[in-house]
Amino acid sequence: MNKRYVSIWFPHLVTDQMAIRQKELDGIAYALVTHERNKQIIIGVSYQAKKLGLKPNMPLADARIILPSLQAFKYQPLRQQKLLKMLAEWFIRYSPNIALAPPDGLFLEVSGCTHLWKGEKPYLQEISSRLKKAGYHFKIAMADTLGTAWAITHYGENQIVKSGEHLQALLPLPTKALRLEENILQRLAKLGFHTIDSFIHIASSTLRRRFGEEINLRIGQALGHQPEAFETISEPHPYQERLHCLEPIQTAKGIEIAIQTLLENLCILLQKDDVGFRNATLKCYRLDGELQQISIGTNQASIHIQHLFKLFELKIKQIEPDLGIELFIMEATKVEALPKQQEALWQIQAQSNLSEVSELLDRISIKAGKNAIRRYLPQEHHWPEHSIKAVTDPQQLPETEWQTHKLRPTVLLNQPEPIQVSAPIPDYPPMNFTYKGQLHRITKADGPERIEREWWLNEGKHRDYYYVEDEKGQRYWLFRLGHYHSKIAAQWFIHGFFA
Amino acid sequence: MKSPFHQTVIERLQRQILDLEGYKTKPRQQQKKLGFAHIEKHFPNQVFPTGTIHEFVSTQPEHTACTSAFIMALLSKLNTHQGIYVWIGKQRQLFPPGLNYFGIPAHQIIFINLVKPKDILWATEEALKCQSLNGVISELEAITFAQSQRLQLTVEKSKVTGFILRTQTGPIHATACAARWQISPTASLNLTELPGVGFANWQVELLKVRNGSTASFNISWHNDQFHTIESSASQPFLPHAIGS
Repeated sequence: MNKRYVSIWFPHLVTDQMAIRQKELDGIAYALVTHERNKQIIIGVSYQAKKLGLKPNMPLADARIILPSLQAFKYQPLRQQKLLKMLAEWFIRYSPNIALAPPDGLFLEVSGCTHLWKGEKPYLQEISSRLKKAGYHFKIAMADTLGTAWAITHYGENQIVKSGEHLQALLPLPTKALRLEENILQRLAKLGFHTIDSFIHIASSTLRRRFGEEINLRIGQALGHQPEAFETISEPHPYQERLHCLEPIQTAKGIEIAIQTLLENLCILLQKDDVGFRNATLKCYRLDGELQQISIGTNQASIHIQHLFKLFELKIKQIEPDLGIELFIMEATKVEALPKQQEALWQIQAQSNLSEVSELLDRISIKAGKNAIRRYLPQEHHWPEHSIKAVTDPQQLPETEWQTHKLRPTVLLNQPEPIQVSAPIPDYPPMNFTYKGQLHRITKADGPERIEREWWLNEGKHRDYYYVEDEKGQRYWLFRLGHYHSKIAAQWFIHGFFA
Repeated sequence: MKSPFHQTVIERLQRQILDLEGYKTKPRQQQKKLGFAHIEKHFPNQVFPTGTIHEFVSTQPEHTACTSAFIMALLSKLNTHQGIYVWIGKQRQLFPPGLNYFGIPAHQIIFINLVKPKDILWATEEALKCQSLNGVISELEAITFAQSQRLQLTVEKSKVTGFILRTQTGPIHATACAARWQISPTASLNLTELPGVGFANWQVELLKVRNGSTASFNISWHNDQFHTIESSASQPFLPHAIGS
């Protein structure tokens, strides 16, 4: 599938934003200036100022001759970069892949995105109307390649270049539209090449001889023959901390210190928002470009640094530092509101401090997996296997009472095991039974207690349970499956041991 | 003959030795009372030692059932308020509805199933460190002296009571546990002449007690209380409750 790119150019990025922030600047001419060799040079101009003929790189004094009322503001170099980054993050709603085109443009890879807005045209219209409403001046174009889209935004009219037609769209544009270096542009101009169509069909070897390899690369990128790097910005992660290392870290102790530092910073961040970790990931970027990562999870939202550190500590072994780690990034991948902190007094009085227990369970589940931890709650079923429900949440309370009026064994076999029995019919308890090759003579017995299957859950015969005691005083739970039959011998099973 | 003066000196020295061995004498109100003098009299200071490790030996499933029930009954007597218990083992065989009869609602027990004995030991130690737990029960096939010492040192700090269920067959090594118990089932107790199986009844054997005396007695559990049964044949089935 063809890739589709959108390029957006903000010719007045900073000045537009100033007008959005300060209403009184709206609709008037002003400029951003900087000091350069005792002169005040204009770096950026507002839309109105541009209309009046003011341009960047003009001395402020000259500009004031054209427009005496021109307002000047100090240029802050970092502001534009920050603003562009912010806009790029805002554009993630339109496409997952956004790249910056410094100093004042953005690229969107929109392959497979436009149909969500019912086509390319409505897609661009949506973006345009949103930006216009916000108050930005911009130019926008969509094409098959980054180069073409960029060329059209800067030197053409707003448009959608249909798939495969980018060459035709490029032909009438000036040579500058190919993003060439200044000296190549000058040489091209000297030779009388002013538009792209004047030289694009010249053989590449000839072009290379005259202008160097770069011109072929740029033509190839604009036409899509040559690949072009597309560095997407990462989605902003609200709970993320980074730690750059001056020297690559190789030791476990070093990793421990890194985790400790990151946790401390991140916990402060989380505490401000009253949330705690449920899941966290530590990413270690190695010197050779490899990424090592470990993740932890907790049962309860937590910002207890020591506890979280212990969880990470159990996994440090999994990190292979190899040549060394140069960057640590810790992310809280899942956060949850912190549980209400109990009063200190309460913790002393009632010994059950739930958070301490859930920290213990966290440690165990990190090592053994979540499935290793179980609690059991009663369920309203008579069938023994169905009478309990396994839960993992350490705080869930039973919905129904535990039934104690019917005796149940202390140990229950996972699967009832067949036994040989001699029992008088019809409903008497057995006189003796053989289990694992050992004969047990029954001295006392209770029963039968008939437990029917729940037909809506499973099918089969009912069980008649007997509570029996042998001559040694050992107590068992036996059952006969189904009714007696004149031809088929009854099947007996042992299912549990009583205390 | 010892004079009364010598007697008190010896007692005081004995108490000091006990203190050094980890049996800290706590103030009266902090002591957890079992309320069952018949068992307690065999332990140092006449108090059932909490904050230590108890070792239970059982090899057959019938014995395991009785041992589990006995531990549950002990815990329910030691802890009057609701608490959290941890049960660590290879595979859960306990049937939670059956435990309620012995005074502990099964939803207060957290079961942890681990495969390797090494992991079970590790989890046991971690659990014993957690002061919020009212009891830790761990099913271990075998435990060496050094391992048991390690656990003992852990509980001396955290004051959690640990119960180790040993299912090992064959000779049993020495351990650093406060007591070694063996619980085996005996014929159930019928209070009236009603037919059928009566109340749970166990032969409780204290095989080893540190600074205490070994003993063997017959205990029954009914109406949420321990009851002893006089072993003499002349008084058949005349139990008397000593529980509070």
